[in-house]
Amino acid sequence: MNKHPAFVEWKETVLKKTLERFPERQKEFKTDSGFPAERLALPEEIDDKYLLKIGFPGQYPFTRGVQPTMYRGRLWTMRQYAGFSSAEESNKRYRYLLEQGTTGLSVAFDLPTQIGYDSDHKISRGEVGRVGAAIDTFADMEALFNGIPLDKVSTSMTINSPTAILLAMYVVVAERQGIKPAQLAGTVQNDILKEYIARGTYIFPPHPSIRLMTDIIEWCSREMPQFNTISVSGYHIREAGSTAVQEIAFTFANACTYVEAAICAGLDVDVFAPRMTFFFNASSDFLEEIAKFRAARRLWARLMKERFKAKDPASLKLRFHTQTAGYTLTAQQVDNNIVRVTLQALAAVLGGTQSLHTNSRDEALTLPLEDSVRTALRTQQIIAYESGVCNTVDPLAGSYYIENLTDRMEQEISALIDRIDAAGGMIAAIESGSVQRQIEESSYTYQQQIENGERIVIGQNKFQETKEVSPPVFQINKFIEENQVMKLLKIRAERDNQKVRKSLAHLEEAVRGKENVMPHVIEAVRCYATLGEICDVLRKVFGVYEETKGY
Amino acid sequence: MNDIDEIVKGIYLKEPRAIGRAISIIEDGDQRAGALLKQINAKNIQESTILGITGPIGTGKSTIINQLIAHYRKQGNRVGIVAIDPSSPVSGGAFLGDRIRMMRHAMDKDVVVRSMATRGKQGGLCAAAAAAVRIMICSGCDPVIIETVGVGQAEIDVVRLADITILVLAPGVGDEIQMMKAGIIEIADIVVVNKAECPGADSLFMELENVLHQRNCTVCRVIAREAYGIEKLAVFIGVIDKERRKSGQFTNKRKQTRETEIIDYAIEMMRDELRRRLKEYPGNYTGDPRTIARKLIDDICIAELDTSKRNCPEVFL
Amino acid sequence: MDIQQCRGRILIGKPGLDGHDRGAKIIARSLRDDGFEVIYTGIRRTPEEIALTAIQEDVDVVGLSVLSGAHNELFPEVLKALHQAKGGDIPVIGGGIIPEEDIQHLKELGMYEIFTSGTPVQTILNTFREATEKYRQRKHKII
Repeated sequence: MNKHPAFVEWKETVLKKTLERFPERQKEFKTDSGFPAERLALPEEIDDKYLLKIGFPGQYPFTRGVQPTMYRGRLWTMRQYAGFSSAEESNKRYRYLLEQGTTGLSVAFDLPTQIGYDSDHKISRGEVGRVGAAIDTFADMEALFNGIPLDKVSTSMTINSPTAILLAMYVVVAERQGIKPAQLAGTVQNDILKEYIARGTYIFPPHPSIRLMTDIIEWCSREMPQFNTISVSGYHIREAGSTAVQEIAFTFANACTYVEAAICAGLDVDVFAPRMTFFFNASSDFLEEIAKFRAARRLWARLMKERFKAKDPASLKLRFHTQTAGYTLTAQQVDNNIVRVTLQALAAVLGGTQSLHTNSRDEALTLPLEDSVRTALRTQQIIAYESGVCNTVDPLAGSYYIENLTDRMEQEISALIDRIDAAGGMIAAIESGSVQRQIEESSYTYQQQIENGERIVIGQNKFQETKEVSPPVFQINKFIEENQVMKLLKIRAERDNQKVRKSLAHLEEAVRGKENVMPHVIEAVRCYATLGEICDVLRKVFGVYEETKGY
Repeated sequence: MNDIDEIVKGIYLKEPRAIGRAISIIEDGDQRAGALLKQINAKNIQESTILGITGPIGTGKSTIINQLIAHYRKQGNRVGIVAIDPSSPVSGGAFLGDRIRMMRHAMDKDVVVRSMATRGKQGGLCAAAAAAVRIMICSGCDPVIIETVGVGQAEIDVVRLADITILVLAPGVGDEIQMMKAGIIEIADIVVVNKAECPGADSLFMELENVLHQRNCTVCRVIAREAYGIEKLAVFIGVIDKERRKSGQFTNKRKQTRETEIIDYAIEMMRDELRRRLKEYPGNYTGDPRTIARKLIDDICIAELDTSKRNCPEVFL
Repeated sequence: MDIQQCRGRILIGKPGLDGHDRGAKIIARSLRDDGFEVIYTGIRRTPEEIALTAIQEDVDVVGLSVLSGAHNELFPEVLKALHQAKGGDIPVIGGGIIPEEDIQHLKELGMYEIFTSGTPVQTILNTFREATEKYRQRKHKII
């Protein structure tokens, strides 16, 4: 047994405390041959370099993981992003997923909801209920969580520009279930900067968007202390075509902007930082992805400690959700996608993720069918319960290749962040379009590599099959838009419109001033003001963002 | 939409399809270009004002133009925009992205936008851009704005088509020295310092004032994103326009532009003819290039005297 | 006139609300590198905006990308808007996550071609070339 004082200290303090509070899942973990799986394998000699760079799990710099026992203590949250057509349909899928063993909900909203338009707006044509649930008023939100006790689940909502409104609706739904905001657990994405860079569901210009974000953070730090108020996302940056280095660097540069904004708004970094989570992509370069996650954890801990002077260890921990890479899925030989997803999911697990979404085999063709979603979930379960990788913490530590690659990734990411800082920070880089251009460059290079065969994609540019069987396709209810619009019109007719106008006027006043908008948004939501109406107030005061020219 | 008379009629009726097609006919060297151009020399060309707006990437030209469009539209004017971007010297292709920032006017039929690529040739571009401007004016646009990027000779040439040239700068963006070297600053009538709220804007403004005050060039500060200073810019433009029309400078400038345009056309016409003749030239062009050139020109002149039969494309007739 | 003949003018547009412009931008850039002049509208455009822009710019082909699944609504809307703006003759090529059965249907409605993910860029370029050449023959009289 290793007797190094640092290790002994870790064992006596960090590990002991955790084991007391959260015992491991099993009394002992064994290999297939029957001997015990080591909790934490260590080098024979622990030297300063090891302590500085790698250390012990649950302890600075967190290279080996944010918890001391990792998956021996608790498995990652298996969280499948889902949502389509109406709130009622989505509700059915959530209940199905909960029955099948998912441990957290992840709500997808349709595009009009994400961009702040009601379902009857002209621009919503064809998009209602398409990529997620359509939400116009709090009645839709109530239907979405019908029969699901909100104090028993953790809910992640992929929502950015109109976060305040959806969060308010969630709070009001809980209120009707007799649950206080403080009892609610979950995450809102609330990461606006990456929308300008990659995902495109922005509404307002960057500066007012950041103000909305800080209002939410500030309000939640008081009222919803269990809720993660921001999930800084590299996932979509990667999907837009970035490299792994760019994914982490741009995400961290965004995160630093948020931290600075929160500090400027008077929040203590140690109050805010522990409620900040991350969301990354697990792509196909297996070993680089693992190194990426480890490097990211170490770099983030350093940034928080050195740049922002965070003191609480919880502020230094990079907690992240991972989703397998959608852009690597092919429309050809769709079953191959199951294998891709398996490898990507395994990389995420070996990289120490806190929660995971595995993509379904048919996603290059359609919204996933229930069968495909089940296989995707089973993939996670096989990794968790059969593969044995969860029996030990950070099994790849100490591999020369992995450690060297981890160092290299950290250097490259750090250098790119420095370049952004030197050029005036992330908002300036977004407004000038330079970040977007760098991603476009990577994306174009990637595509050219596929085109000229330098990068092999099985079934697409190698080992193709001439006869492709096209799999069945998910059918969206044709009447969804019509039904949703009728429901909305009915509410508009039945609600107390004077009350709505009054609540919106109060909101406008708050938005124009410096007051926190959250209580006013909640009030408007209670009066059945629609998402579009509330966003119109914000649009009126803040203006709208326009895309930059690109290359 | 292929009959020239129909197209000409359409231009005057402000039909987007006719305007768009007419510009293509000129730009692509369609043989019906000459016939088309002959029919659109309207009187209102003298009444309308052509603005040239240029400056380095990232200074916010598009935002300023957007705001100017909004300003002129509020006054009831129909506005034309010719947005010029460079062609790739390798592929000959171009990415014409100025539209993205102007999409808010996309449904306004009284905002006529045309993106053009430099297509590697200055002279030809000038001719095509000038024709596009004229077509827009005939369809009732006043003013017409020509937008170019950067500091190349092509940009300077195009901007010369304008009655009033506006150079957009911003603190920390682009190299002012480069602008001075390129001479754009010398042909500017108004220099706009955009992003006036940003650090460095004041010193840039002072510096420009110092350099430009002897030259009767106006410097003004705007924050285009918030439309701040746009009204004032429009007033400056209006004042300069009025003064110049009164003093005769406007007419002089138009005459000069006309001259440039004619010479452009002439050179372009010659170029084809010279290429053709050079191909027929005996030997491997050995000997002094200047002497050969002289001989080619002399031959053309003689041929011109000899015969009325010309091989010139109809576009230049 | 010594004007370099460009291969053609293409409008690349993203109708609807989805912001996934990776594919659209790759195609725009590939077209440029293939000698086309590309007008890009940016994301979140209405079918009417796209049609009017195509008309003003007098493009030879319109390329559309939709990844949200709203193609059955949006593509026909663009065709309709083009038709109303007297540009019904402009070929329209679409791309996105589009199931086989929808492709057939959309082509019957007048789409020139539909591409799904994983199609080699060269195949897409060839189709744009072909559509452009055909259209320009009708559009121009070039010596």
